[in-house]
Amino acid sequence: MEGDIAQLGQFVGAGLAAIGSGAAAIGVGHVAGNYLAGALRNPSAAASQTATLFIGLAFAEALGIFSFLVALLLMFAV
Amino acid sequence: MATETHEESTGLVFHPLDQFIVKPLFGEGPIHWYTITNVTLWMAIAVVAVLALFVFGSRGRAIVPTRTQSFGEMIYGFIYKMVEDVTGKDGLKYFPYILTIFIFILFANFLGLIPMSFTTTSHIAVTAVLGFGVFIIVTLIGFIKNGASFLSLFWMSDAPALLRPIIAIIEVISYFVRPVSHSIRLAGNIMAGHAVIKVFAGFAAIALISPVSVLAITAIYGLEVLVAGIQAYVFTILTCVYLKDALHPHH
Repeated sequence: MEGDIAQLGQFVGAGLAAIGSGAAAIGVGHVAGNYLAGALRNPSAAASQTATLFIGLAFAEALGIFSFLVALLLMFAV
Repeated sequence: MATETHEESTGLVFHPLDQFIVKPLFGEGPIHWYTITNVTLWMAIAVVAVLALFVFGSRGRAIVPTRTQSFGEMIYGFIYKMVEDVTGKDGLKYFPYILTIFIFILFANFLGLIPMSFTTTSHIAVTAVLGFGVFIIVTLIGFIKNGASFLSLFWMSDAPALLRPIIAIIEVISYFVRPVSHSIRLAGNIMAGHAVIKVFAGFAAIALISPVSVLAITAIYGLEVLVAGIQAYVFTILTCVYLKDALHPHH
């Protein structure tokens, strides 16, 4: 288990970056949940808003992917 | 992304990111821009598959479509409606470009799900070309169609006057981050999904938990089929949104 302090920092940092994925999960769930809540109140308007739903999901998810990317960079590229 | 060292002993028999290594198809040696690699092979397969779908699909031109023809017509109609809904009537001029992007990404994603195949869209180098291509084309269209008034995209005329310069700075930054997030979203989603499958495949070597692991791989594979379609859809619909901004910069 010997290693230098930089490697420790890499692994701790990658683990911390993984928290961002959880935060993005909250965001994606929020978007989908609010869409469903709105769609159940007014089902006739739901079909026209699926494009907006996917754009919202994509924006929320992209930030989680960024943190995943930071974790990958710390693990393999630094 | 795929040139990491193998010295670390992670406990896995293979590395989860080994599947993304770009190798020359013929022989060994350094990779130049003209070297035929596995990326080239799988991109070519994707292009041939798209061509086959549309050539064989449109060959019969039957009133009652065959399976191939109705699948081709379904994709065509789906993207046509999306461009019309999101971008508006004047965006239909750019429909061929958007259909090309969508169907290439869709086929590359799905071909990557075949076991032992190579996922071309998992590389940021590939998606960055697509993403920055969209960014440059959309910016050019915006300036050609609207001239200097395209810059009013960044100037919110209905915001309080004091806030307008600050909003303009934020809008400019968000405009230039668009191609980055546009390309990293696709590559990151596909790469993460495939890496997760390989991580669970590593657990399958342990006899005690291998049934759970195989079930988990099956479930994640199903999720990945979904993600492959959704990410192609998201990439395309964001292209349509950016195109709408370029054609109608006045909010």
